[in-house]
Amino acid sequence: MHGLVNRALQGFVVTTYGRASWDEVRSQAGLPYADFEAMMRYDDVHTLHAFNAACHVLHKHPNALLEDIGTYLVTDVELEPLRRLLRFGGTTFLDFLHSLEELAERGRIAMPDLELPIMSLEEEDRASFRLRARWSLPGIGPILLGGLRAMADDYGALVFLRLSGIDGRDECLHIQLLDTQHSEGRRFDLGGAAP
Amino acid sequence: MTGLPTALTQVIGLSGGALDTLMPMHVWADDHGRIVQAGPTVLKMIARAIVSGEGLFDLIDIRRPARVTTVPDLLQHTGRKLAVALSSAPDLPLRGTVTGLQGGAGIILNLSLGLSFVRAVAEFGLTLNDFSPSDQTVELLYLHEANQSAARLSRHLTERLENARRAAEEQALTDTLTGLSNRRAMDMELARLLAEPNEDFGLLHLDLDFFKQVNDTLGHAAGDHVLGHVASALKGELRRADMAARVGGDEFVLLVRDCDDAARLCGIADRLIRQIEAPIRFDGQPCRISASVGIAMTAAYDPRPTADRLLNDADIALYAAKHAGRGRHMTHAELAPEARPDRRGTDLADNVV
Repeated sequence: MHGLVNRALQGFVVTTYGRASWDEVRSQAGLPYADFEAMMRYDDVHTLHAFNAACHVLHKHPNALLEDIGTYLVTDVELEPLRRLLRFGGTTFLDFLHSLEELAERGRIAMPDLELPIMSLEEEDRASFRLRARWSLPGIGPILLGGLRAMADDYGALVFLRLSGIDGRDECLHIQLLDTQHSEGRRFDLGGAAP
Repeated sequence: MTGLPTALTQVIGLSGGALDTLMPMHVWADDHGRIVQAGPTVLKMIARAIVSGEGLFDLIDIRRPARVTTVPDLLQHTGRKLAVALSSAPDLPLRGTVTGLQGGAGIILNLSLGLSFVRAVAEFGLTLNDFSPSDQTVELLYLHEANQSAARLSRHLTERLENARRAAEEQALTDTLTGLSNRRAMDMELARLLAEPNEDFGLLHLDLDFFKQVNDTLGHAAGDHVLGHVASALKGELRRADMAARVGGDEFVLLVRDCDDAARLCGIADRLIRQIEAPIRFDGQPCRISASVGIAMTAAYDPRPTADRLLNDADIALYAAKHAGRGRHMTHAELAPEARPDRRGTDLADNVV
């Protein structure tokens, strides 16, 4: 798994629970290094061990932890560049939802060896969608649940989201779009990247 | 749209609104160079409306090709890449391409941000909606930001590696040039030996003579070669449990364990000086150096000396050896008390020329 993914797990634990918790996770997972390095690749076994250890150390259900990580990826101030990249997906939350089908390709432009989930959006009616996501590790559904909820908030949209099962290798999400302009949302200036 | 004759709409078969959607950065001018309409993104960039009858060449500066000041001039370059800029933003180079319309309907000049897209988007406050979905400028911006993030991550990695390397160097115990122990390793070993009450050992402080001349006349490579030669002489003279350390440019300290015999230490010093004095060849040139040695040993003290005291006394003996003519050794014990000036804090090289 790409170092960025492992780094996201570490970043979430350190930011939310502190360095000591990460050290505990690291020790329980038997990781031979103090930090995951964002620009390296790691065997998936390390990722899974670290994740299982994190569930154990933080007393969290795996799905709850994954959902929190999804929220963290969008909302953490240190990860503002990532939020910005996601906002390139479209002007409205609906545009953004449709742009998820391009996400894997966008990720590849940014970092050729970063394997992001492959997603497809099925429109059930004008306001309900089923998102299917396929990734090399299990758990992309709950990560997206947290991430999309945070992105909806970012766009100022009111949505109802729930996991809707696993279909073969796809993890599915049900998305109900209740109000696209529920609140102001957060600003996104196209030319406003930090230098 | 300003003063657009119906006939012109029919000529190109597209409404002005359709042009705005397909080419938000177009400018449509009539055959006399008067602007008919400009796309919404152009209007946003000039931050005002088009004045009726406003001239194309007042709004837009055609930079390349040169001397394009009329519509017929411009049409000479139909379909080619034009370097242009808005007169209101002369330092943001844009790209353009022009095509003539049939039936005297004028020309359409379509613009793009070109390579200045990052600055242009920020300066004009453009949004996702200001670009046609088929325009890749937004993707370029995305890539630009993604690249910056990746570069930041790489930079952090490089910094961390650099810090790790520095930390490792600080903890290193080996002198990289000679492979001998370094000052840090010698200090640690000295402290360890002194902490063992029954360990009597000798300390030889060896300083090369005429080394500077070798460096100055034959170059640093010759100097390094000489240091390597000295290092092998030291290694050859010592047993496994002893230690030879390079503690300065041309200064060495030897710790000879299990030894309370001054004569034996003097013997070691003699042999080392003889080996070091043998001419060393570098690039066919002989390099002649010598060495002076100051000797101290724990057996001469009661109570046991501190590390500083032992080093200092060996240093005093070395100074005396230099003073007595170099290429020789001196033990601290054999110095008369008045010949033992406290040299702490003075530099050997300054005192002995």
